[in-house]
Amino acid sequence: MTEVLIKVGLLAAVALNGAIIFTIMDVKGASWMQRRPGPLHVGLRGFIFPVAEILKFVQKEDIIPTEVDRPVFKWAPAYVMVSCVALFSIVPMSPTLVVADLELGIFFALAISSLGTIGVLTAGWSSANKYSLMGGLRAAGQLIAYELPLILAVVGVVIQAETMSLVGIVEKQIEWGVPFVVGGQIIGFLIFMVAATAEMMRVPFDMPIGESELTMGFMTEYSGIRFLIFYISEYMNMFILCAIASTLFLGGYHAPFLPTEWVNFYGPVVLLTKTAILGFILVAVRWSQPRFREDQLQNLAWKILIPVSLINILVTAVMKVGF
Amino acid sequence: MEIFEIVIYFILLGLISTAIRVVTTSNVIHAAISLVFTLALSAILFLILSAEFVALVLVLVYIGAVIVLFLFGIMITRAPLGKNAELDNDKNKKMGAAISGSIFLLFSYILINNFDGEVNIASGSSTELLGEILLTRFIFPFELVSFVLLAALIGGITLARKDEALIDKDQV
Repeated sequence: MTEVLIKVGLLAAVALNGAIIFTIMDVKGASWMQRRPGPLHVGLRGFIFPVAEILKFVQKEDIIPTEVDRPVFKWAPAYVMVSCVALFSIVPMSPTLVVADLELGIFFALAISSLGTIGVLTAGWSSANKYSLMGGLRAAGQLIAYELPLILAVVGVVIQAETMSLVGIVEKQIEWGVPFVVGGQIIGFLIFMVAATAEMMRVPFDMPIGESELTMGFMTEYSGIRFLIFYISEYMNMFILCAIASTLFLGGYHAPFLPTEWVNFYGPVVLLTKTAILGFILVAVRWSQPRFREDQLQNLAWKILIPVSLINILVTAVMKVGF
Repeated sequence: MEIFEIVIYFILLGLISTAIRVVTTSNVIHAAISLVFTLALSAILFLILSAEFVALVLVLVYIGAVIVLFLFGIMITRAPLGKNAELDNDKNKKMGAAISGSIFLLFSYILINNFDGEVNIASGSSTELLGEILLTRFIFPFELVSFVLLAALIGGITLARKDEALIDKDQV
């Protein structure tokens, strides 16, 4: 029992801190790429920023408009938060440093991540606001469309690794000597990253939020601590999807030339480094790309990503049986 | 073991109350969210019976896809926010009660007849076995079902895209 509690505590701590680190990275990346002095120079070279941000949101009033569907409106952020924290429980930091090494690990991740969609949709609906409704509709269309390529991209890895457990997938990559991104899953990796960016609703796929046209999309009516939960969940989701991508495709906690018996010490560092590199790419994309149009987004998912990922599965299966 | 049973009874109680709420509430979104909880609790029951794969499929397909489509459908119609009196349909209450009662009796009879009212909790990994059985012994029904689904998909597309004059060739 104590072990479970410690694991859950550590899980929440790592996931939340990961979200905060990614917030810092996003804001500092933005100010570095766009010459914004605030997060680069003010207050401990900008590192005090997340503390100030959290304090700001906590002291704000939690406004609930009169017309909203109160219970639904109040609970919507909870679904998003729960799905994010539960997702991180399967990411292994080393063969033993993992909350739960499930036999169906990656399948669990894909199933649980769909819970967040419910939160986004109910938030958009219950706000009694047209901007929120439009944001919710766009989010629904986008999340349905991009969940498919995400799952199909993972199928290639599962075929190659012959297991769905994340520890098993990393061990298979160690056995192969090269991570899957080099060993045949490069297309799968690209599809996974594009679909994951869309699932996170980040630029260039941020139409559900689209601040220039929809104010803040499904989050328009939220303020104070509930908005903070959405905001933190967004970065938590980004952190966790990057961690899962590095586990699936980049070898996870494994680094070459390091003694395997010390993996409990360097494993977390290696995994977090890989995660941070992927995160930095996402930050760079966010601050240099324009937003897609809604029909372009749907075309990309249904006409390009899904057929390509199906071909990827076919090729992987043929290679697996043939060689 | 005692605590475990108490937990199971609480889950069953929650399952029944959320399931009743799905059909009694006159707010569409509340019904959909109650359905989410009903499905989540049934997934937990499957987990307790160590049928992990079924539990996760329930979450992935029903909560992740079907309910999301429900919500999507509610959002694109003009459903009012809050209570909707039209949701209650008094005409078919008797027929509904008769059908659900007979389904309940049928399922209870099958379960009690085949398992003697006992719960068999499978040990070890059942997912691998399930995959193997699906692709060997049940390969024909499995392929047949996917064929039926494909037919339904194509049928849906043909029905939805019948009116070609409305489609702007430059936009598609």
